[in-house]
Amino acid sequence: MAKRKAIVSTRECVACGCCMKVCPRGAISIPKGIFAEIDRELCVGCGKCVKECPASVIVLEVSES
Amino acid sequence: MNRKKNWYDYLWIVSLTYLVLGFFNILFAWLGLLCFFIPLIISITKGNKAYCNRYCGRGQLFALAGGRFGLSRKKDIPGWMKSGWFRYGFLIFFFIMFFLMLWNTWLVFAGTKNLRTAVTLLWTFKVPWHWAYHGAFFSDGVAQFAFGFYSIMLTSTVLGFVTMLLFKPRSWCVYCPMGTMTQLICKAKHVTWSQK
Repeated sequence: MAKRKAIVSTRECVACGCCMKVCPRGAISIPKGIFAEIDRELCVGCGKCVKECPASVIVLEVSES
Repeated sequence: MNRKKNWYDYLWIVSLTYLVLGFFNILFAWLGLLCFFIPLIISITKGNKAYCNRYCGRGQLFALAGGRFGLSRKKDIPGWMKSGWFRYGFLIFFFIMFFLMLWNTWLVFAGTKNLRTAVTLLWTFKVPWHWAYHGAFFSDGVAQFAFGFYSIMLTSTVLGFVTMLLFKPRSWCVYCPMGTMTQLICKAKHVTWSQK
């Protein structure tokens, strides 16, 4: 089955924290105030952060596994 | 989404109150300095953007207006608006306008210029605002700064509101000068920390 995971374009991320607020799994953190980091173990690929991101720099990556 | 609400999730009320108070007494505009110093202090001491991430009432206000009230088109922000040159350019422009405002305040303090009881929207339009002025404490400069600072706060709210309508609710966060500046501070801090 295809698995989906959110990926942040760290270069473009503005570290606003919208994704962090909306993540139902608490999988997102912005530890250094520079960009958001997604815990791939926790991420279920729901895509809420993708919709929320005001800079639209998060995408869902689909991988077969 | 079912996350328990924290006290800081209600800071949008503070931001809204701030904007409303400016219509009654311009001197309340001084309180806006908190939105200036708190993010800076957090980023300098803690090296993170906890202010943007948690406490920014303005961001929450846009999130509410665009999200719950459905005012936002929720379209992607144009590429140039999230590009580095625009974000840093806007930060520099904002800074220049800020220092011009400080200069004008100084001129009023020094008595070279008379107090102007107007709010300047989008750095261009002078909106009469005399009804919110009931005399300053000791110098007209105190009031001039309040008018100037409130102009900045109202201008950024107007800009943020327009981009909230057009793009994602919190699209202001993408080019917010405070956000860009605190991110820069964090970058600088973590570079120097990693060299230690």
